[in-house]
Amino acid sequence: MSLLKVKDLVTGLASGLAIVDGISFEIAAGETFALLGESGCGKSMTALSLMRLLPDGVANLSGDVVLGGVSLFDLPERLMRGIRGGSMAMIFQEPGLSLNPVMTVGAQIIEVLALHQGLSGALALQRCVELLAGVGIPDAAWRVNEYPFQLSGGMKQRVMIAMALAGKPRLLVADEPTTALDVTIQAQVLQLLRDTQASTGMAMLLITHDLGVVAETAHRVGVMYAGQIVEQASRQELFSRPLHPYTQKLFAALPQAGLRDQPLAAIPGSVPPLGSIVQGCRFAPRCDRAWSLCREQTPAWITLSEGEGVRCHLYDRIEDGGFRIEEKTPKLQDVAKPNPILNPESCILKVQDLQVHFPIRKGILQRVVGQVKAVDGVSLAIAKGKTLAIVGESGCGKTTLGKALLQLIPPTGGRVVFDGRALGARASMQMVFQDPYASLNPKMRVAEILEEGMSALKVGANSAARQAHIDGLLDKVGLERAAKWRYPHEFSGGQRQRIAIARALAVSPGLLICDEPTSALDVSVQAQILNLLKSLQQELNLSYLFITHNLAVVAYLAHEVCVMYLGRIVERGSTDDVMNHPAHPYTQALLSAVPRIDEGAREYIRLAGDLPSPANPPAGCHFAPRCPCVQDICREHYPNAVNVSESHVVHCHFQSISVDGMTALD
Amino acid sequence: MMPVILWSDALVFLLLGACCVAFWHIRRHEHLLLPWRRVGRSAVAMCSLLVLSLFVLVGLLDTLHYRVALNGAYSPEVLSVFDKLAEPLRLHTEKTYSAPLAVALYAKESTTDEQGRVVRTYPRLKYGGAHLPEASGYDVARRALTGAIAGVLAGLLLGFKARRAIGVTVVILAALIGMTLNLAAVYHVLGTDKVGQDVLYLSLKSIRTGLIIGTVTTLVTLPLALFLGVAAGYFRGWVDDVIQYVYTVLSSIPSVLLIAAAVLMMQVTIDTHPNWFDTAASRADLRLVFLCLILGMTSWTGLCRLLRGETLKLREMEYIQAAQSFGVSSMRILSRHIIPNVMHIILIALVMDFSGLVLAEAVLSYVGVGVDPSMISFGTMINGARLEMAREPMVWWALAAAFGFMLTLVLSANLFADAVRDAFDPRLNRS
Repeated sequence: MSLLKVKDLVTGLASGLAIVDGISFEIAAGETFALLGESGCGKSMTALSLMRLLPDGVANLSGDVVLGGVSLFDLPERLMRGIRGGSMAMIFQEPGLSLNPVMTVGAQIIEVLALHQGLSGALALQRCVELLAGVGIPDAAWRVNEYPFQLSGGMKQRVMIAMALAGKPRLLVADEPTTALDVTIQAQVLQLLRDTQASTGMAMLLITHDLGVVAETAHRVGVMYAGQIVEQASRQELFSRPLHPYTQKLFAALPQAGLRDQPLAAIPGSVPPLGSIVQGCRFAPRCDRAWSLCREQTPAWITLSEGEGVRCHLYDRIEDGGFRIEEKTPKLQDVAKPNPILNPESCILKVQDLQVHFPIRKGILQRVVGQVKAVDGVSLAIAKGKTLAIVGESGCGKTTLGKALLQLIPPTGGRVVFDGRALGARASMQMVFQDPYASLNPKMRVAEILEEGMSALKVGANSAARQAHIDGLLDKVGLERAAKWRYPHEFSGGQRQRIAIARALAVSPGLLICDEPTSALDVSVQAQILNLLKSLQQELNLSYLFITHNLAVVAYLAHEVCVMYLGRIVERGSTDDVMNHPAHPYTQALLSAVPRIDEGAREYIRLAGDLPSPANPPAGCHFAPRCPCVQDICREHYPNAVNVSESHVVHCHFQSISVDGMTALD
Repeated sequence: MMPVILWSDALVFLLLGACCVAFWHIRRHEHLLLPWRRVGRSAVAMCSLLVLSLFVLVGLLDTLHYRVALNGAYSPEVLSVFDKLAEPLRLHTEKTYSAPLAVALYAKESTTDEQGRVVRTYPRLKYGGAHLPEASGYDVARRALTGAIAGVLAGLLLGFKARRAIGVTVVILAALIGMTLNLAAVYHVLGTDKVGQDVLYLSLKSIRTGLIIGTVTTLVTLPLALFLGVAAGYFRGWVDDVIQYVYTVLSSIPSVLLIAAAVLMMQVTIDTHPNWFDTAASRADLRLVFLCLILGMTSWTGLCRLLRGETLKLREMEYIQAAQSFGVSSMRILSRHIIPNVMHIILIALVMDFSGLVLAEAVLSYVGVGVDPSMISFGTMINGARLEMAREPMVWWALAAAFGFMLTLVLSANLFADAVRDAFDPRLNRS
């Protein structure tokens, strides 16, 4: 017996344009159903339709939603309010925005308790503390009186979950619950959701774009594309035998270490805009297996077995579904194997002991009382034509490091040598930013954006030469030449990121600092950009400093990896060394926290607590308070660099002991 | 005839030129045109714009000044095109107060009749209703009706293709104008004031003063607020400290006090140098321009603070950092990246400020530190009405006329400002 039944749900604009176009699914109690898809597919609209919380101008046009035998669309608003937060609760993507900043977290949870459980006073407070303790918040009795700004991102999301659980819901709708969180925190939150589900037996609708999260959490999966569910299957079935070409493409587009020497199977183009495809399969324009029928006739839903099916013409007659499509991925021209030992002469960038400190001022006289050591003595080197990845959680100082190298933030100390000279020439180093929507001035045309750097740095003799250069750049990044007369808002996220890359390349830099260039993009578009970066590197012999938190991208793209923790590099080595034989406990925990799609069970190293404040780093090894194998020495002395192998350096007492031990044995 | 360009005229032409350049620039850029299209789609905005443009038309006609040639020399009186068009209104002055549409004065006077007896009666007006043997409500109604019908017909002709709300506005306005024109030919539609001047004429002349106060002031406000606000937000540090200090100090001085002091000083200077001015109009005009200047100096702080805040937000945007990493100069970043991105805020603030400034003029003139007493404005009309209201029987029409005209002007400006703000507000969802 299913708890939630959604049948032919259509949600759209009042004009009849459907955002969610006839989706049906069921969720049983104790089951997790994941809606998977790229942005703009209508996943969040589906969730809001269920809650009947649609924004103005959007309405449920037809269909039926039955929760525990009650049809939600027939209920008057008064009764619906009892259902929301009561039998059905929702947690949102951005925990920072979903909590009221002027109310204590306790007051916000007690509000829910008073509404749905009729509790008040000491009883409510007691239940509130129980709930907070239940979601793993330490010192719950004390945290009740804290305001949201006093909590970290992971804590806030726990509070959100506690609030959602306060009404004892039978269905929990989680809309991208971990997208805004770091991997280690994400692993904690997903574990919490699984544990809660196991103890309460509630059903869960999980909305995500992350295949890894689906693999870790979901029992059954619905893949959404352009407002429709194109494939529905159990998790095992979907991951072992994806049927729809879109699903197959999504898997193929994931960057992996094993695909290093070949381009990713990117899906060309992007999700079609609302209402642009009325006839035929919505995926047909991006599908390499589409034939004429796909463009003429809308594929029907083909039920393969109970709760499983696909919407694709490929399976019109073939009921056994044994139709596995092999990806044809062209091999790149022979790639030089990464040289494990850096030749000091070939280094394009050498950084020694770079420090960026921000003073903390206090009091009437604004005296400096301390320093936020955002970057605290970082040394690194990048070889010509190679990629160095900087990995770390948010707040570890990796973006500050990138900006300090570009002199956007004045460094406090240290030495940066670029191409044999001290830093100065701007053209030789450029940056690609994280958010392609914020990094292009909306009031300037593409040609003006690209020309700005050239004219500032006097590249190109005259206007005609610059225009010719711009045409060449647009060709290089795979945009039409006509694009230069258009404004940024006319482009999709992936295209904007291409423009941003073209802008950086306009002044022919030797090194590109890429600050999370794909984290704002969908998986399929991310693959396009990664392919572009890789081919540009080969073509122009560029070096990249790749700042990211996405370890899969690192494994795919980087030659060398630095792991940063609290302003310092804790481990450095070639990608193979670090990804396959991590030596630092933090790297090990980071790697184990990444949700994987390939294997079911794995060992997860749970890290306690959050990243400490860089204003007040722990004494001794910064990682000591969270480290699973901490020793006394760790709390007293910061560990020196230890060479694990020629190309692999780590800052850890544990490693130095084992290395010493080994030398002692020798 | 000699064209005369007063200081305020020159500033109005400058402003008009700037508007034309902006219009031409916006026409050529699709992304700039987009929010204006949204303004165009709003019926409220277009109706209030229609009303506003009538006011602006009167104001512009009143801005084209000239002096008439009188056998060899030029007349000392500066006239405007509007004065010429409204010549009958201007020249048909009565002896003193008369009520709207009246045929006789408002107060009884002693006159001698044919038999030589002295009688106290309401004397007939020289011009108002002079074509009639005696007061006739029928004549007023007939003229109003024929004027209104002619107006409606003209309105239908003009507005039959427009959208419904705009069409209705056009017809109503045309009917009102037709009615007024037809009645004003032989009556004083809004009565006359103490010295017998037509109140309708005074009200129409006040429009220019109001518009100039509302728009020319922005010429002073804008460069100050824009440059200082953006510089404070972008450079931070001591630049920010200095600018913040200046505007905090300025906004903590009571602005009326500051304006009164400045205007009185100006008045003394004007009075001690009568040789600077060849006409009375140019003297009154200088005081008007100076008032705009003073109002501008005291009212830039609000916009400056707004722009500083917005720039603080913009300077952290990644496209600014991208420009910085190219080594683009600060001035260029300000002019190419920041100013175009705060333009919508400036526009909204200016349109919203307009009505406030029109009202400020009325208050200042009432207090006696506004425009020159010889200059016709809403403020001087209201100031004059102060004594008339205390009189028995009460003279209400001058105040009512000033009130009505000012209300219409400010209300339509406010409605238009609201529509502009909605169209430019990025936070409003427009799916």
